[in-house]
Amino acid sequence: MTQSLLALSDLHVTFSTRRGPVEAVRGVTLSLGEGEMLGLVGESGSGKSVTGFAITRLLDAAGRITAGNIRFRGQDITKISGGDFRNLHGGAMAMIFQNPRAALNPIRAVGDQIADAITAHKRMSRDEARAEALELLRAVQIRDPEKRMAAYPHELSGGMCQRVMIAMAISCNPALLIADEPTTGLDVTTQKVVMDLLIGIAAERGMATILITHDLGLAARCCRRVVVMEQGRLVEEAEPKTLFHAPQHPYTKRLVAASPTASSRIADLVTEEERGRTIATQVAPRPQPAPGTPPLLEVQKLAKRFDQGAAAVADFSMMISAGESVGLVGESGSGKSTTSRMICRLIDPSEGEIAFEGQSIGHIPARDFHRSPFRKDIQIVFQDPDDSLNPRYTAFDCIAHPLLRLGGMRPGDALRQRVEECAERVGLPVELLTRFPHQLSGGQKARVGIARAIACRPRLLVLDEPTAALDVSVQAVVLQLLDRLRREDGLAFLFVSHDLNVVRMMCDRTIVLQNGRIVEQGESLAMFDNPQTAYTRELVDAVPHIETGLAASAM
Amino acid sequence: MMAAFGATITRAGRRLLSSLPALFGVLVFTFLLMRVLPGDPAVFFASGPNAGKEEIEVIRKQMGLNKPVPEQLVLYLYDVGRGNLGRSMMTGQLVTKDLRERLPASLELTFTALLIALVSAVPLGVLAALKPGSVIDHGVRLFCALGVCVPTFVSGLLLIYVFYYLLGLAPDPTGRVDIFASLPPSRTGFLLIDFLLAGDIEGWWAAFRQLILPALSMALFVVAPLARITRASMLVSLGSDFVRTARSVGLPWWRVVVTYALRNAILPVITIAGIVFSTMLGANVLVEKVFSWPGVASYALDALLSSDYAPVQGFVLLMASVFVIVNLVVDVLYGIADPRVTIG
Amino acid sequence: MTGATLRHAGWILRGNPLTGVAAAGVFLLMLVAILGPWIVPYDPIVSNVSQALMPPSAAHIAGTDQLGRDVFSRLIVAARLDLAIAVSAVGISFAIGAVIGAICGYAGGRLDRAVGRFVDVVMAFPLFVLAMAMVAALGNRVENIIIATAIINLPFYIRFARAEVNVRRNVGWVEAARACGDSHISVVLRFLLPNVLPAMSVQMSLNLGWAILNAAGLSFIGLGVKPPTPEWGIMVAEGARFISTGKWWLVAFPGLALMLAVLGFNLLGDGVRDILDPRMRT
Repeated sequence: MTQSLLALSDLHVTFSTRRGPVEAVRGVTLSLGEGEMLGLVGESGSGKSVTGFAITRLLDAAGRITAGNIRFRGQDITKISGGDFRNLHGGAMAMIFQNPRAALNPIRAVGDQIADAITAHKRMSRDEARAEALELLRAVQIRDPEKRMAAYPHELSGGMCQRVMIAMAISCNPALLIADEPTTGLDVTTQKVVMDLLIGIAAERGMATILITHDLGLAARCCRRVVVMEQGRLVEEAEPKTLFHAPQHPYTKRLVAASPTASSRIADLVTEEERGRTIATQVAPRPQPAPGTPPLLEVQKLAKRFDQGAAAVADFSMMISAGESVGLVGESGSGKSTTSRMICRLIDPSEGEIAFEGQSIGHIPARDFHRSPFRKDIQIVFQDPDDSLNPRYTAFDCIAHPLLRLGGMRPGDALRQRVEECAERVGLPVELLTRFPHQLSGGQKARVGIARAIACRPRLLVLDEPTAALDVSVQAVVLQLLDRLRREDGLAFLFVSHDLNVVRMMCDRTIVLQNGRIVEQGESLAMFDNPQTAYTRELVDAVPHIETGLAASAM
Repeated sequence: MMAAFGATITRAGRRLLSSLPALFGVLVFTFLLMRVLPGDPAVFFASGPNAGKEEIEVIRKQMGLNKPVPEQLVLYLYDVGRGNLGRSMMTGQLVTKDLRERLPASLELTFTALLIALVSAVPLGVLAALKPGSVIDHGVRLFCALGVCVPTFVSGLLLIYVFYYLLGLAPDPTGRVDIFASLPPSRTGFLLIDFLLAGDIEGWWAAFRQLILPALSMALFVVAPLARITRASMLVSLGSDFVRTARSVGLPWWRVVVTYALRNAILPVITIAGIVFSTMLGANVLVEKVFSWPGVASYALDALLSSDYAPVQGFVLLMASVFVIVNLVVDVLYGIADPRVTIG
Repeated sequence: MTGATLRHAGWILRGNPLTGVAAAGVFLLMLVAILGPWIVPYDPIVSNVSQALMPPSAAHIAGTDQLGRDVFSRLIVAARLDLAIAVSAVGISFAIGAVIGAICGYAGGRLDRAVGRFVDVVMAFPLFVLAMAMVAALGNRVENIIIATAIINLPFYIRFARAEVNVRRNVGWVEAARACGDSHISVVLRFLLPNVLPAMSVQMSLNLGWAILNAAGLSFIGLGVKPPTPEWGIMVAEGARFISTGKWWLVAFPGLALMLAVLGFNLLGDGVRDILDPRMRT
């Protein structure tokens, strides 16, 4: 039996925090062979990243390995000195990180940084190192490598910065590469390209890789074996196919169910056990508008130009009927956020008309819209639960805020009743209403944001990436909640997102944006199954589908 | 390399242009302060408190005080442009001449103090950041906390007490040089440099001994904020993602600390150094008084207290201009150090 | 809200004893300043030349000055004046600067640029230089010292408030407030300013220390306060003449008083920030 390249044995990692010691990794045992690609999957708090940092001895100062050992090529590396470990760094094992631009020295040219990495382990002149750095840039397929040598990180895109990091990491031919969420935060199309590059390089150089990610689909597509972590413990280890078709551990089952795929439906997101707990809902029949009534929202030739003159949005026209859910997808820079803000009347369009139930609201300037009677009809749910709630307001205050300003209510029993009603509808326990945002979990904060948005019974809800910052299992529950609310209240949705699987599930129709212009629009299912334009096809192909991954690994 | 140099010159040029409004603002502000506010400026600028009515009238006409304000402003700007800042009653000379004579003394003091402060503060801050929680760290933090609390004039006086009265090491704390010593041929006006150029080591040492106490008392006040910002900035730098990347590829310790951490950490320190310089220009007034240093600040102060206002106006303009120029230099330095900052 | 704040304050003070000490010190200082003339052991103004220039002893803890006056008594009475100057100056610049800065940070555009220019001009004048100019123009009085100090402090508050508001203006909950029916003005005054207050309070406390030092420095060089009014800076100025003959207590004790006052405010400033930041509550 070949000796494994890396073997973790009952690893325990503890952090000393203000509230006492916190164990982030509780007895993880796993092994990795030469050239093998392993996926390490978990949600926030699972300890997956901490495991990666423990292996490469890059833990925060407050973290310590308190038990177990890590064997690299048979040698216990938890015991060797810092100076000896430095030889391993880069030479035998390397790491690439999330948020690549922040991980590069902002005031040093990238070519020099790669050359630094080379000269750290090989003796050569500065010029020779720079020549080799150029070769590495070519190997990571960066465009115009000669020009990029003198570039600074802030001049490069996220995808290019990640390529530079990969170049630095592989510069001394390590045997092991640990990739900590390398594509999180990058556009979907860039993600695919970077992952393909990584897989290619790993195969070419016989490098073993550990891919740390929260995206089960991604791990399934790329890795031969997948390991699932929950709360610091390793709960399941299997090949992707087995993991998806026959998960053993209840957590894995929940995770697999909650990961949106190309064919999942909203009802599927939550496992059988959980489903039993949801309240049976009354679904209001979709209101059939009388013929001749204007659509709920009509937008004509909307455009927005910022100071520099570049158009963020141009020639945007669309319609939403009462109770309909429309998705707005695009990558970063597509203008989807700007469009949603214009429709919500938080910013003014440069051109174009916006009509709500036939009445023009586009001409009312954004700074006065708060006084318009339409303000309560169009509400918005924000992306980042961490900064969408006023840190000085309790959950109660947040939900009461629109009721006081727009609903004409006064502080008192009626108000309290209404707030509690909203909290109950979104599944937020009433005891949590007195807490401040920093005392609530991500999912709880998301619920408060939704309760606030529906408090005044709006007709149209604009959702700006409402679940992007949430863990997959929490996302599943929140999406089900949103869907239920929509059907109960006959709400119309404008669902802005970059995640095609989610949009396909939640929206009847979808609009695809690129560089501020509409590329394609139509019925969601039909469009994703059979995209008409090249860009839409690119987007659809870029989504890591578990089925295709399984198919590929089976070959 | 040449491109970087050219870019720096362009940047300096553009920054100078954008400083002009500030300089103009300084001129206008001083004008408003000294001439438009209540009180009869003609009396201020006349040759003495007992000046006769005719003389005051002459001055009034000279200064154009009976003309409308905008016209006065133009005349004033013209005067300043020509270098005419009036005449001092105390010395009887033109203010510009007085200032020119005394400026090197103040600048030598301030720059020496800044140098001492930087050379002490930056290593202390770096050391404290490299060993958080250690004795050095606590010591530096304690020193910083106390350092900002002691006023310059108190530390100056106490230094005199210790080094002159108790220990007898320092010379009589009045003036730049011993009255009996001979001055070197004046090339730059900076005694330390001039003595060196003249090869007069004994003279250099004497000048140095006179300079060290006032420079030290001024430096003491600014070492604290400089050390504090260096420490804080270095801590942030050491904990940053890019330092972690540098460690992950196995860069040697010294390169991680110096090329990666320190060079990034030094950026806010440059900005703070510029601000600190402003404080020092103000502190000049105090230190020059305590040590009877013959600089522009003590000149202006003496003038002020004897109701001689022309030197005060000249001093105010000079200090503000020096500060604007220093800011420009700091900005250019920052632009050289940080490529993220766009030109202009 | 106040009940919770007080409980939280108590928790913070128990965790940071140093802040508690600083708070007690500042409180003591305020008390001394208010009660000054009634608690002094000796009359601070009347001269008693036979007792002149005596080193610290049991009768006179801080010695006597050149006119035989008890240094300790003068120190106590001086606290009042120094504190009054500092508090007025900082209060004025804080109030005006915070509002202007918040509006500039939120609105941006031409208003922001114009105010920025003004700030640049004021910041070009070191305090002492400006104070000298103002005294020259307006007369050697205490009010002018307060005005000069307030003007010099203004840029810090304007820039600070502007930066803090700028960072927060596009944050989710600010947009949510607009969606819930608040106007721009309402957002700035009711939401942004209170969120910016913790950071600015730290600045204010630090400023108070700085303002005391400056007031003392200005009177040291003869501007504003004049003898025989007791004031820490003046006491150092009068004592400066005697330092070369070894009469250290005339300089050291006022200097110590200054140092302790400033230290108290500085330490308190850090503690105040912890109390006002709701994120620290658990």
